[in-house]
Amino acid sequence: MAQIFHPSTNTISRVSIFGGIGFIIALILVLVALNRSAYVSEIGVARAQPVPFSHKHHVADDGIDCRYCHTSVEKSSFAGIPSTKICMNCHTQIWPDSAALAPVRESFRTGQAIQWTRVYNLPGFVYFDHSIHLNKGVGCATCHGRIDQMPLTWRVNTLHMDWCLECHRAPELFVRPREQVFNMAYRPPADQLALGRKLIKEYDIRPLTGCSTCHR
Amino acid sequence: MSNEMGDLQTIRQRLAGAHGKEYWRCLEELADSEAFEQLLRAAYPRQAAAWADSLDRRGFLKLMGASLALAGLSGCLSPAPAPTDEKIVPYVKQPEEIIPGKPLYFASAMPLAGYGRGILAESHMGRPTKIEGNPSHPASLGATDIFMQASILELYDPDRAQVLSHAGRIATWDNFFAAINGEMAAQRLNGGASLAILTETITSPTLSFQLQQLLEKFPKARWYQYDAAARDAAHGGARLAFGDVLDAIYRFDRAEVILSLDADFLYYGPGALRYARDFSNKRRVVGAESGMNRLYVVESMPTVTGSMADHRWALAPRALAAFAHAVAGGLGVANIGASQASEGVDQRAVDAVVRDLQNHRGRGIVLAGDHQPAALHALAHAMNQTLGNSGATVHYIEPVEAQPVDHGHSLRALVGAMGAGQVQGLFILGGNPVYSAPADVQFTELLARTRFTVHLSPYENETSALCRWRVPEAHYLESWSDVRAFDGTASLIQPMIAPLYGGRTAHELLAVLLGETGRASYELVRAYWQQQSKARSDFEQFWRAALHDGVVPQSAAQTRQAALKQSSSPPSVGTTTDQAPQAGAAPAAAPLEVLFRPDPSILDGRFANNGWLQELPKPVTKITWDNVILLSPSTGERFGIGRRIGSSGGERGNIYADMVELEVGGRRVRGAGWIVPGHADGCVTVHLGYGRARAGRVGSRLGFNANTIRTAEARWRATGATLRKLADQYPVACTQFHQVMEGRDLIRAGTLEQFRSDPAFVQANDKHAHAESLYPGFKYEGNAWGMAIDLNSCIGCNACVVACVAENNIPVVGKAEVRRGREMHWLRIDRYYKGESDNPEMHHQPVPCMQCENAPCEVVCPTHATTHSEDGLNDMTYNRCVGTRYCSNNCPYKVRRFNFFQYQDFATPSLKLQRNPDVTVRSRGVMEKCTYCVQRIRQAQIEARKDNRAIADGEIATACEQACPAQAIVFGDINDPGSRVTKLKGGALNYGLLTELNTRPRTTYLARLKNPNPELTKE
Repeated sequence: MAQIFHPSTNTISRVSIFGGIGFIIALILVLVALNRSAYVSEIGVARAQPVPFSHKHHVADDGIDCRYCHTSVEKSSFAGIPSTKICMNCHTQIWPDSAALAPVRESFRTGQAIQWTRVYNLPGFVYFDHSIHLNKGVGCATCHGRIDQMPLTWRVNTLHMDWCLECHRAPELFVRPREQVFNMAYRPPADQLALGRKLIKEYDIRPLTGCSTCHR
Repeated sequence: MSNEMGDLQTIRQRLAGAHGKEYWRCLEELADSEAFEQLLRAAYPRQAAAWADSLDRRGFLKLMGASLALAGLSGCLSPAPAPTDEKIVPYVKQPEEIIPGKPLYFASAMPLAGYGRGILAESHMGRPTKIEGNPSHPASLGATDIFMQASILELYDPDRAQVLSHAGRIATWDNFFAAINGEMAAQRLNGGASLAILTETITSPTLSFQLQQLLEKFPKARWYQYDAAARDAAHGGARLAFGDVLDAIYRFDRAEVILSLDADFLYYGPGALRYARDFSNKRRVVGAESGMNRLYVVESMPTVTGSMADHRWALAPRALAAFAHAVAGGLGVANIGASQASEGVDQRAVDAVVRDLQNHRGRGIVLAGDHQPAALHALAHAMNQTLGNSGATVHYIEPVEAQPVDHGHSLRALVGAMGAGQVQGLFILGGNPVYSAPADVQFTELLARTRFTVHLSPYENETSALCRWRVPEAHYLESWSDVRAFDGTASLIQPMIAPLYGGRTAHELLAVLLGETGRASYELVRAYWQQQSKARSDFEQFWRAALHDGVVPQSAAQTRQAALKQSSSPPSVGTTTDQAPQAGAAPAAAPLEVLFRPDPSILDGRFANNGWLQELPKPVTKITWDNVILLSPSTGERFGIGRRIGSSGGERGNIYADMVELEVGGRRVRGAGWIVPGHADGCVTVHLGYGRARAGRVGSRLGFNANTIRTAEARWRATGATLRKLADQYPVACTQFHQVMEGRDLIRAGTLEQFRSDPAFVQANDKHAHAESLYPGFKYEGNAWGMAIDLNSCIGCNACVVACVAENNIPVVGKAEVRRGREMHWLRIDRYYKGESDNPEMHHQPVPCMQCENAPCEVVCPTHATTHSEDGLNDMTYNRCVGTRYCSNNCPYKVRRFNFFQYQDFATPSLKLQRNPDVTVRSRGVMEKCTYCVQRIRQAQIEARKDNRAIADGEIATACEQACPAQAIVFGDINDPGSRVTKLKGGALNYGLLTELNTRPRTTYLARLKNPNPELTKE
């Protein structure tokens, strides 16, 4: 009786078994990469806004402090999106006829709010508080990047939980003196670890990693 | 076989025997009936049956392998990804006070049956989400009741009246105003002779001023009042006793001995929150030197107040009156024939009560219930006068109501006038008289025939259906108004939100009648107060202070001297017209008495469409979503009424009760018969508020309408009723059978005397856990949160349960799901009985999550969805939960709740506004449980950490603690030796539940103490 399988079948079966395993591993790696890619995480993707607002212009060129617009960032969980009135404080005088600012004037006249598109958005089961982070020496730029260099605003971090935990587990690697929190150009010193340890003591920073710190 | 409850004889024998269980929760348990055993076995399999399935090992492994592989897949998806184009909408001009993300609190008041209770409304950027009590308000003192908590849901109820309509078609306000102006122009010609206004109880100064104005302008117009919850008997009693209507204010903070004649003063009525606070303050026991007040309760249907009694007697109304009479006779109240109807009265009890009251002259209170006849109120007043309690523990004030008429008479007068054709224009401001009027008042027919009818109402209900004009009424959280509390203190009501459905207030409607169309409530209320304080130059300051504080300063009514009428011969209470059955063994054919009472959860039906209140287990019966015909075990036995535990129908229990037909004076009603231990024999109790035809999608067609067998003469009590058992059975959603804890040492109680002689008696029988471990214990540095619940103070009023629902976005599941044991309440109140079934002692035990230090739930969670926090909280992370329910299986306290279905209503837009933005809204397939209001803890922690300070004791109040009128729940840091909770836990009364399991619960209980009269306990 002739052999049912040709000897090359051995090769084919080896290739398909090991190749299959390889394929699954590759697939997983691709999925992980995809999950962290700009395509999914939207890192570096500037969102279209009703008004082409430039942080670069307002922060870097004009030197306006973050808190002039984000009024509740030191007091509340929510940093606050400026009301139309805050825009108009300046723009009744500066560029009062600019076409780009038409939606702002329209909003001020009609009382209809401007609808901005969220850039940083957390899922509904995550409760983040801006005020405590600033208070414990986490700079704006630590999470939001060099916003003073963004003509349009994009996200610079994944906002994945492991990213949050990087700092919650080892805050000494990231904290800075309170007076540097709003400084966009702040560069950590060479001995960040020493500074971090000192600040942790001084500000009484506790690395909170319990679930209910963020999930309630 | 319907009567599986075990016959009464068996139960009595078991109780008599030494081996009877001391504490029990339902009669079935007491009788150890077979069905109950089965139920228990189904809920808690003692031995999981051996693998009896045909599935072999190989098949099992295959299945497990596949599910494991697939389980991993769900982890690949990022959970609930944030929508990519979510909009963020800032203010155009941000109000100065608002910090986005932080709530504001506004003082206001909630009117309930006319009387105000002070509130603080939590508002998130203009959206009220939660009601708290106003600590400065005398009727609240910071506490809330179930109605205040649930009123926030009413605000957002999608079934509220949303449009103005005329003869069933949507109309415009201009049409409406024109129609009224036409009508009023016609009325003016004859002085308003055919004009009638029908209101509920009114205490609002502005509204009563407007009504006076209207009556001046239309001198022949008539103002009628009908409120199903009116306090006619109390007013009538005062009129009998003093010749004048007075309101009595009780000072429970000064009372040592209290005799309640069917008065549910801890739960029901405008001063209940205050009374509960004062009462429980007199019962706190710290050490042997602490004293306690003593409460005697005589009542027919067990109530919250009855459950707190040191001595309680279950008496049918006649016997109750006779008892009151005998006590009055013993006290030497003048003008009482001592011989009256005293047969069958327990003379020993009467003598003991009399002596106790006499030994505490000026430090006692005798009070009668709102549903007792006026004569009994008069008798109570007379007793207080005789004992010198008047002026000491009982104060009298001018009536708080604008016009304290007898509402029963008033309604009949209106119907008389309507029948005689004297009413052409009828304005009904609130209320639902078509539903709530007694059956023999022909209001409904006459209303339909009246020419011009207007109904201002928050809901389109039975009455609206028959009115030409249906006007949506603004909710109190949408209105400017004012209201007075039980002691006369006035509060301004300010709106938290613009009317969601364009509703108007009664003030605005009356302004239209007065020819001031378009005047807003704000203007009207402010103008009234401005006029009241003409002398003031600083009105603006006064107004702002009153708004800010929630009370108008110095507005409480002055106390008044009250002297008994000389000629008064009060109390012919014992000689009512009916032929009384002899006390003792009633013959089988003896007619029954029927007691009508407002439902404990939905009152007279005004909260019928409120899902939170419908799903709330009623304080004594633990029934949800229904009313039933309540009767005593003996009466049940007499008519052969029983119930059956459904064997199929879910996890825990499903109860089928025998249907009965109740007939009074030729009128019949059918409902489920339900046996309540502690109910008086020879009478049945039915609750009002159910059987609504047009309540809304939640409240319609539940239970039966007891108003159909009520008559105007006998609004609270009917005699000569007959009961007939029907063949069919009715499923009742009762949580009494759920989560049974199997006779362990869960509730501990004793007497004050026992505690004084042996302070350690509570902890004496503590079973010690095997706490040996190879691992070192976890050290809680920083805060360690704990809770102590004082069973001695807890009155079982349910306020904490609704507060928890409101704070934590807990869904309503509906009757069908409650019957499967799937109610979602994170906090339940267990009710235990002790002693004989005719008149057992009742104990309440609130059971939230115990936050065990060695939590059995945590170790079995395969996804680490439930873990321990550094401050000892048993965290629940919803987004990790995959719904295995292992944790719930392993929880010895059965406090975990599972979303079997999509219980949360994500579709209705108005309900989204109510939700607490600080708590995740859970979806299907997720386990949830009490978190100690972790959102409040974390918020306080953040505030404290920002200032680099420690959290002060009392800075964090959980929702249940904050709501509790009796201050029975104390939350705090057990690492802080000075905190209230540490001190309570260090006391001799402290004990934990099931500590022998070495769960180390953070929630512990203080044992209940009673203060019985030694005269009555001696054998």
